[in-house]
Amino acid sequence: MMQCRGESGSGKTTLARLLLGLVEPTEGIVRYRGQDLRRLGFEARRTFRRDVQAIFQDPYGVYNPFYRVDHVLTVPVRRFGLATSRADARDLIGEALRAVGLRPEEILGRYPHQLSGGQRQRVMVARALLPKPKLIVADEPVSMVDASLRATILGSLRRLTDEHGISILYITHDLATAYQVSDAILVLYRAHLAEAGAVEPVVRRPQHPYTQLLVSAIPRAHAERDWLAEENETPRTSVALTPDGCVFADRCPHAVELCLAAPPALHRTEPRRGVACVQYREHAVLSASALGEVLLP
Amino acid sequence: MSEPVLRVEGLRVAFDHPLGKVRAVDDVSFALMPGERFGLAGESGSGKSTLALSILRLIKPPGHIEAGAVWLDDARIADLDDDGIRRLRLAGIALVPQGSMNSLNPVLRIGRQIADAFADHGLRLGHREEQRRITALLAAVGLPATIARMYPHELSGGMKQRACIAIAISLRPKVIIADEPTSALDVVVQRQVMATLARVQQELGAAVILVGHDMGLMAQFVDRLGIMYAGRLVEVAPIADIIARPRHPYTRALIAALPSLEARGMLAGIPGLAPSLRELPSGCAFHPRCELAIDRCRAERPVLRDIAGAQVGCHLA
Repeated sequence: MMQCRGESGSGKTTLARLLLGLVEPTEGIVRYRGQDLRRLGFEARRTFRRDVQAIFQDPYGVYNPFYRVDHVLTVPVRRFGLATSRADARDLIGEALRAVGLRPEEILGRYPHQLSGGQRQRVMVARALLPKPKLIVADEPVSMVDASLRATILGSLRRLTDEHGISILYITHDLATAYQVSDAILVLYRAHLAEAGAVEPVVRRPQHPYTQLLVSAIPRAHAERDWLAEENETPRTSVALTPDGCVFADRCPHAVELCLAAPPALHRTEPRRGVACVQYREHAVLSASALGEVLLP
Repeated sequence: MSEPVLRVEGLRVAFDHPLGKVRAVDDVSFALMPGERFGLAGESGSGKSTLALSILRLIKPPGHIEAGAVWLDDARIADLDDDGIRRLRLAGIALVPQGSMNSLNPVLRIGRQIADAFADHGLRLGHREEQRRITALLAAVGLPATIARMYPHELSGGMKQRACIAIAISLRPKVIIADEPTSALDVVVQRQVMATLARVQQELGAAVILVGHDMGLMAQFVDRLGIMYAGRLVEVAPIADIIARPRHPYTRALIAALPSLEARGMLAGIPGLAPSLRELPSGCAFHPRCELAIDRCRAERPVLRDIAGAQVGCHLA
């Protein structure tokens, strides 16, 4: 399970849409099992649509209020010919709902407004499970539900990777939940990669100044009550961004001349970590094609 | 010791429904001291937003206040006429509603929306004085004066939220109610907005009610926390005590549901679902989800008791 983290507008959702083949890249290639997404034939595209499923942020917007919630579940069953009979389809849907901790008898036959936000979001997770996908792209799947349900939904996503071997790309701005459920993480800032690697070292000992800012900004229950005070002490730099330089330089407490001259390369500071910051320039540069090496165990 | 600025006494809010009455807030009492930051936490549907709205008498039919009273200083809010309640909102108690950054009028400049608050409350200011106050308010929330000339779509989420705080404090309220003011913002912006709220609150000496479900945010912001479950307060205690020693099993579960940054693989959701308010369980409403529940919990509804500076509604506390 991999996680992709960045603030609003950093390009997370665009990345998801690229991966799903919903937008085409200006440059570069998205490959699914070695094949360029733009060149998939009819059959291959159909397989891709079945193997790669998406869960979107808004558990309200995806439902048509005039249809029962069954509709979003029966469509993929019919579309991909997943069941041979009605009874078969019912079993399949029931199984998917139970996999996300819902009781089918409490869900089926209802209209969207009769379900809670958490139930609707879990129905979307169940829908993504139906075609037995290889990869699920989950774009902020829990941002609109409260803390306790968040843990429940993410727990059911985590079980999918553990028990069914499904890969998940979890896109969020919530570093704490990402830390709990992901194996590897990509931290994006204004469309640029800031830090990438195994989730444990990146979150416990962040090296990029932006990741450090993110981690320090999480309000913690069991910690010194200095969260607000730290905000007031956050240094304000007056560095102006240059078109060529690091995109974080204007907010960075460590910004130097060098940051403004050229975009920082990704340096491999540890076997399983890459950091795009000149502070780590004594470490070897990690090429974009070798990024997988720091992400995969 | 000074007098409380806001008192809520035995408040009950019900919604009429063809299938029966639903009580969203049930017998809630608390008092707020001047300058105090009070948190209200609970799951979705626990009644915390309804409670916040009912303090301002903003509950719309089929909802209505069944019983109880809210006092701001010596004024009983139920006794105010329409004009009085209009003056109270903003000037006495200001609300920063949930998703308030989407409550800005998209076709009016920010400055105009702040000026509207003055005009609504019969403040006849000259143009120059009005501009001076708008600039001062924007500065108080850390926004440059140029924002006054901008439209909401030109601002980021954090800036819009701060503009909403500027409107909320424009008439120097005694109480600010903030209903999940940062739920759509990322952590860095969240901290900026909360620091802004803390600063203006201190400058005004206003009390704050923060409604939310993030126990980390509560731990870092409020002085005292009330935990709501199925429309009732089940625990009220100073924040340090409640975090270090939660006495109600539901409070413990809420704190445990917060994803930790230390040990991994510790996601603990609260088992089961929040009860439907139409068919509340017998006895303690939390008993079906409580692993400590005994027979008494199923039969008898616990009342809030004082235990070492905290109020707890649990038979086992």
